[in-house]
Amino acid sequence: MKYRIAVLAALTAAWTGPVLAQAKDPTIAGIEKYREMLGDDNPAELYEARGEQLWKKKAGPKNASLEQCDLGLGPGVVKGAYVQTPRYYADADRVMDMETRINWCRMNLQGVSEADIRKRPFGSADKPSEIEDLLTYVVTASKGMKMNVPTDHPKEREAFQLGQAVFHMRAGPYDFSCATCHGEDNLRIRLQELPNLTKAEDAKRAYVGWPAYRVSTSRVHTMQWRINDCFRQQRLPEPRYMSEAVNAVITYMAQTGNGAEYKGPALKR
Amino acid sequence: MKTEKQPTLSVALAIGVATALMAGCATDRSAYNPSPEVIKHAMAAFKRDFDAKGAAGLDRLNTDKLQDVCNATNSKPSPDMAAVVEREQEAAIKLPADGKFLGDWKAGEKLAQSGRGMTWKDKAGIPNGGNCYNCHQISPAELSYGTIGPSLLHFGKTRGNSPEIQKYAYSKIYNSKAFSACSAMPRFGHAGALTETQIKDLVALLLDPTSPVNK
Repeated sequence: MKYRIAVLAALTAAWTGPVLAQAKDPTIAGIEKYREMLGDDNPAELYEARGEQLWKKKAGPKNASLEQCDLGLGPGVVKGAYVQTPRYYADADRVMDMETRINWCRMNLQGVSEADIRKRPFGSADKPSEIEDLLTYVVTASKGMKMNVPTDHPKEREAFQLGQAVFHMRAGPYDFSCATCHGEDNLRIRLQELPNLTKAEDAKRAYVGWPAYRVSTSRVHTMQWRINDCFRQQRLPEPRYMSEAVNAVITYMAQTGNGAEYKGPALKR
Repeated sequence: MKTEKQPTLSVALAIGVATALMAGCATDRSAYNPSPEVIKHAMAAFKRDFDAKGAAGLDRLNTDKLQDVCNATNSKPSPDMAAVVEREQEAAIKLPADGKFLGDWKAGEKLAQSGRGMTWKDKAGIPNGGNCYNCHQISPAELSYGTIGPSLLHFGKTRGNSPEIQKYAYSKIYNSKAFSACSAMPRFGHAGALTETQIKDLVALLLDPTSPVNK
């Protein structure tokens, strides 16, 4: 894939170049340069196109499309819905992020079984999962809008509080929590800069960075995937997809970083 | 200062409550001062919403006393509480039976580079990496290093290579929490993540005069 070759070549140059102690600067400059080079081209567009088709296609045991799915702004409203999630949904009586909500519609409108939804939430480069396509379609429809995540419902406050506590909970053989790496300013793992997700400024930047097309894996990764991979690196067991714990952590980050402009699916190394 | 010798977890939790109450009027949502109820709720969510996978079993969610103290205080225990848990962690350190601390710095460098091990994707039975460069600057040639921990460049050059320093370096890698109760650094020996031989190799990387760290 031409994107991949171009960006990887460029990133490799940035990573192996003569970097000094402040090595992050050339690396980041490298990434920015390639983003610039690609302009608005992001392979996530392929996911978006497939996602739109899936959204409109009748499927599942109930042979229904997702066009009547209520993402929070009423049945069928896709534009602007993403920037107002995670949120409390009265019909499900719980706080959900957008990925969970789309799956909820697949289960309730199309009759897809929960077992099927859980079978393969995270795809591969060769075979993306349907939710990755659908989510990319839905989030792209909020491009250019400001994150405006609701925070007033008691369950939304509760989710923030639980998410904050889960984020800070140290456990496992390495005593890690999310906060071990993402709780202070200006830290790095190797050359990778770590946003301090407990503070608005970093959380704003980081939150709108997902979902993202990753050049190194040639695919779109969702926020549910990102949280899953963080817990993997914490050496903990696997957080269940769409669970309250995962949605709470996402809600904590979203509310902490509220207000940033959403620029569409990101492009990452 | 408290006179009691063994503050218990309930003391830590009580401190947590007091801090939470004090923070009640703060408007900064980033402040985190967990109440025991919040901790309990989060722990219940962990136990309910996580599944065992590969080498990462559900037993990893069973926190030990040290983790409980750090969780109750957002990793900022009182000096008294910190001293108590540090002494407990120190008492559990197993020093090498042969009394030798210095291994092979070249093996140590390889180990320091490796970040593998103990995730649900890692195969059991293969030696774990030390993860050192993820957080520390060590050998001058390696420019891709993290900054979560302090720079260890010239570690031995500035501290010498005495038996006391060797024992200190070994103990610190074995159990960092014996020195700083809620340090971000894993307890590599205590947790069984690194073997005695591996820790000796890392000590050599830091202290051997021929190691690049000390050039």
